[in-house]
Amino acid sequence: MALFSLTRSRKPARVLPGFNITLGFTLTYLSLIVLIPLSALVFKTFTLTWEQFWAAVTGPRVLASYQLTFGASLIAALVNVVFGLLIAWVLVRYNFFGKKVVDALVDLPFALPTAVAGISLTALLAGNGWIGQYLEPLGIKLAFNPNGVVIALIFIGLPFVVRTVQPVLEDTEKELEEAATCLGATRWQTFSRVIFPSIAPALLTGFAMAFARAIGEYGSVIFIAGNVPLVSEITPLIIVGKLEQYDYAGATAVAVVMLVISFCLLLVINALQAWQRRRTGAPA
Amino acid sequence: MKKHLLVCVVLAISGLAATSASAQTLLNASYDVAREFYKDYNAAFVAHYKKTTGKDVKIDQAHGGSSAQARAVFDGLEADVVTMNTTTDIEFLASNGVVAKDWAKKFPNNAAPTSSTMLFLTRNGNPKGIKDWDDLIKPGVQVIIVNPKTGGNGRMAYLAAWAYARKKGQTDAQAAEFVGKLFKNVPILAKGGRDATTIFLQRNIGDVLVTFESEVVSVDREFGEGKVDAVLPSVSIIADNPVAVVERTVAKKGTGELAKAYLDYLYSDEAQEIAAKHALRPRSPALLKKYASTFKPIQLVPVSEYFGSLSEAQKVHFNDGGQFDKIYTVK
Repeated sequence: MALFSLTRSRKPARVLPGFNITLGFTLTYLSLIVLIPLSALVFKTFTLTWEQFWAAVTGPRVLASYQLTFGASLIAALVNVVFGLLIAWVLVRYNFFGKKVVDALVDLPFALPTAVAGISLTALLAGNGWIGQYLEPLGIKLAFNPNGVVIALIFIGLPFVVRTVQPVLEDTEKELEEAATCLGATRWQTFSRVIFPSIAPALLTGFAMAFARAIGEYGSVIFIAGNVPLVSEITPLIIVGKLEQYDYAGATAVAVVMLVISFCLLLVINALQAWQRRRTGAPA
Repeated sequence: MKKHLLVCVVLAISGLAATSASAQTLLNASYDVAREFYKDYNAAFVAHYKKTTGKDVKIDQAHGGSSAQARAVFDGLEADVVTMNTTTDIEFLASNGVVAKDWAKKFPNNAAPTSSTMLFLTRNGNPKGIKDWDDLIKPGVQVIIVNPKTGGNGRMAYLAAWAYARKKGQTDAQAAEFVGKLFKNVPILAKGGRDATTIFLQRNIGDVLVTFESEVVSVDREFGEGKVDAVLPSVSIIADNPVAVVERTVAKKGTGELAKAYLDYLYSDEAQEIAAKHALRPRSPALLKKYASTFKPIQLVPVSEYFGSLSEAQKVHFNDGGQFDKIYTVK
């Protein structure tokens, strides 16, 4: 027994599980949680013929809804990239009274039931709401049209950008910026050449997450959108509408299209990230 | 003394255990706005069942959108009975063998113990002078209706408007044009009945809300009386509230008799009166008369008169590519 343990101890004993175990675990877990539900989705659409599938996913209302869902999600994610970065920057670089509270506020859209968010945003922005009553005389309508969709999606997507950029910003060395300044860089050059490249991958991740989250969002959008066909119907509403007429297969067909588009977009974003890392010479 | 107490406690516990074991439970899957009605009805039924059979029974409720509930039952929710506000929801369960194929014949009045109809709610004093369906298609009138794609409330409003046009002697093509004009005056399509009420009363959008008669009671309760005027159009549609026993569940749980008794009692005078108090139209003519102030007599059109059945109306009007889609997609 002692001999055995002696011979064993020559090989360094690993505390963490090895590649085989972890890969096995990863695959099993991903299958259970992600792949099996998603393949059930795909199998359900197989009950349709190709023509039926095509008709279900290319109706005029459906096409208009893709445009709104992906367009509004893109705008919302871009807005969140700009303002999320700003918020993360302030939270990392400055100390002020109530910083902990502000920090906690950022997470609120994560925790809040989305329907609650939708209802409160509508109450604020509708023509008789606290904010809406001042904007409507100016001709600015923010609720019950696509603007409302964008606003709801900005709300739910904000934490994704802040929370991915924040830790990276914390790790960037202030000395680099000081060195850049010493070497004569302007403030813009310091930002664009020194700070931005180091946080760009995180920013891109945050963008991808906020975007993906926005595409699937239903609860908050539905109360503020107005839901008029061809104008303010989001794709998840089309899916619910199809379920409402017991068209399970049609609903899953639209879902599969969303899934494929989202997956492709996320792949592109991942590729962008990899390319960006190679370009800046950071370890991939 | 101490021993006695102990015995008492043991007896009480075993008694409790015995009753809870013998008390059958029944799950009623129902639609959202029926919550208040079934709360009152369940209390009445439990008392009635105890009195007539001596047995205790516990009724649980599951509420949600009518067709969402039907899907849940189809997917395996173990409801003993379904009480819906659209016959298509029960048709769907029947076509999948979850409820009996001839469910509509199992109880009187096509298995619909109560019904409702569509009416208008206008702002207090009716500033736009809305009296009938024709007033809803006038330029400048904003109408709040539920999206027929997502709510039975909206489908009934659509069919009621169509039936009105037909009753006036118009052809189907003219009726389609009429309904198209009506939906052009709809700035927001609400997701469901309650959402529509919120848009109309809390967001203050629109001049008139088309909704179920039974919604008026809850509007008065939630928002205070006198905020809205109920306007009855000259013609409206009958919206049956059908019920059925879920054969799949009762076969498994052995609750068939209880489920039938539960639904039968909906036709009793006591239950019909509870329904009337919740502004659901009772079947009994005497009760309709008694609550004449709630149920003003108007010309009521059954769905079968112009649409065959709700399932057929669903196919022609509301499914993808149907008549409702054409309002928005055909210019």
